[in-house]
Amino acid sequence: MNTSDSEEDACNERTALVQSESPSLPSYTRQNDPQHSTTEPKRVSVIPEPITFSAREPGHGPDGEDEELTLKYGAKHVIMLFVPVTLCMVVVVATIKSVSFYTEKNGQQLIYTPFTEDTNSVGQRLLNSVLNTIIMISVIVVMTIFLVLLYKYRCYKFIHGWLILSSLMLLFWFSYMYLGEVFKTYNVAMDYPTVAMIIWNFGAVGMICIHWKGPLQLQQAYLIVISALMALVFIKYLPEWSAWVILGAISVYDLIAVLCPKGPLRMLVETAQERNEPIFPALIYSCISFASDEEAHHNEDRAEEREEAEPQRPTVHGQNRSHSVEEDLEEDRGVKLGLGDFIFYSVLVGKAAATGEDWNTTLACFVAILIGLCLTLLLLAIFKKALPALPISITFGLVFYFSTDNLVRPFMDNLAAHQYYI
Amino acid sequence: MTAAVFFGCAFIAFGPAFALFIFTIARDPLRVIIFIAGAFFWLLSLLLSSLVWFIAMKASNAEDTKVQKGLLIFGVMFSVLIQEVFRFAYYRLLRKANEGLAAISDEETSPISVRQMAYVAGLGFGIISGAFSMINILSDSLGPGTVGIFGDSQYYFITSALMTLAITLLHTFWGVVFFEGCEKSRWWVIAVVVCLHLLVSGLSLLNPLYEGSLPPVYAVTVLMAVWAFFSSGGSLHNLSLLFTSKRSEVESS
Repeated sequence: MNTSDSEEDACNERTALVQSESPSLPSYTRQNDPQHSTTEPKRVSVIPEPITFSAREPGHGPDGEDEELTLKYGAKHVIMLFVPVTLCMVVVVATIKSVSFYTEKNGQQLIYTPFTEDTNSVGQRLLNSVLNTIIMISVIVVMTIFLVLLYKYRCYKFIHGWLILSSLMLLFWFSYMYLGEVFKTYNVAMDYPTVAMIIWNFGAVGMICIHWKGPLQLQQAYLIVISALMALVFIKYLPEWSAWVILGAISVYDLIAVLCPKGPLRMLVETAQERNEPIFPALIYSCISFASDEEAHHNEDRAEEREEAEPQRPTVHGQNRSHSVEEDLEEDRGVKLGLGDFIFYSVLVGKAAATGEDWNTTLACFVAILIGLCLTLLLLAIFKKALPALPISITFGLVFYFSTDNLVRPFMDNLAAHQYYI
Repeated sequence: MTAAVFFGCAFIAFGPAFALFIFTIARDPLRVIIFIAGAFFWLLSLLLSSLVWFIAMKASNAEDTKVQKGLLIFGVMFSVLIQEVFRFAYYRLLRKANEGLAAISDEETSPISVRQMAYVAGLGFGIISGAFSMINILSDSLGPGTVGIFGDSQYYFITSALMTLAITLLHTFWGVVFFEGCEKSRWWVIAVVVCLHLLVSGLSLLNPLYEGSLPPVYAVTVLMAVWAFFSSGGSLHNLSLLFTSKRSEVESS
């Protein structure tokens, strides 16, 4: 079974950490003209996949205040991202450990990884996995550039159609397969009409929540579920060594694509910031909600600015309409993480869980990824611009995976056999 | 029966630790971060000590069981020392971070005190250490199998769970005492903590003679609990206040 192109593409742009607020606008507003603070500074809700820290940094004011606000909210944001990342990983690990379908290899591979790893020699296998990686990464690069070009030339309908198609596939087809495998594992008798009803409801509500509006937590839950489903597909269909090499390569690609001046993801972020538009909601996980239209209508002086950009408002502050800039700042705070990051973190932890009986490796990779995320958010708070979320976490994850699997596992096994405690 | 053993051992080993986590750490984001970073530092120490043990093992004769056992014991002792080194390193990192937090915060103090950080760091070390010791055993306890089929002890699971609980609590108390010793520059405190850790690991070498390992380890745990309580500012007066104020609340309500 091959995933569609839209799947591959949809998850490519999804890797990066971006700042959800354009720093220049608000600081301009604050620095140059205090009376403009009454007019609504545009909330640039940009956060293409990458992790974006939507805190706007005030341009002036005592430095301590800036940094203090940053850090006071920094720890909260880290936790706001720890929870969904942990949930996604827990779903993937639980599925891998219980449903054997996702660890069975029956020779089928994605068309993006055509070279088989069933070869005789180690060298040949390594070569095949590197070739697979090159093909996969080039597909991803091409898709990303295609998406950026479409965005630049304002082919919004095409992009939306593409995203809707890919989330349709995830929400209906992959979740149907997943449900089928879970039923098989637990030997549950089920009939097609019931399954049709379940999948129809699940999928329809998911499409509405992700692409239109819905309660924030439901939207977050759906995004976590589709990331987990995508990660499971990758775990099943990527061959062993190719998966590890791809994980490494995609972190490097993420680094280049987000930080280089001509990188596609960076161009996507900047274009979206210029146009004051949010990046497609289907590609990012956000911790604060976009306001519903009713709330917007309560406030005429903001209505115009709303037509393009979906405003960000934490649901907590939904009622409060007095707009000092500080309050806007507080309301703006939130972090966004691309779905591709969720997917690849879960792929790493899922593969760690899939290899053998050992839980220590899974645990070590989990801690490593969380620490990497923490460090990335720290860097985001310091640099305040779009940052790739994959490199640090995946590097730590890979290092911990290979070292725990090869070094720590024999040590701990020996200790447990003798019941020695360290 | 396996489910009963699984849940029983899981709750023995992790119950108090998770209760501590949920009631004292889960609400505060900063503490959660310090907790996870503490776990990360322990993992690093484990990695390093496993590397050393692995190299020593590969360099020696794999057939000779006495040598292998000796190397394992050496690995245990070395790992204990490395853990304490990393605890000290984490202390230094937290001190620096604390100074940074204090410098940029509104009031002159940082949002978290060194004592709280000591407790959180200790608990981080404890939970990850317990998890690494216990998780594989727990997952094995679910599956089909016979305990002690080759003549080993029948009490493997429960003694592992009890030992894990002791180690988790001990790490927490050691964290508190260690950081306090570093703060007050009382190096003898650090030496005593290291020695106690070595003692506890050494006692575990007596397994499966559980009478020789578990009661002394729990005695050390109680001792450390008392020491940590007094070291972190507790006193008999506080304890009595706890009981008398409760009584007065009950009376007034």
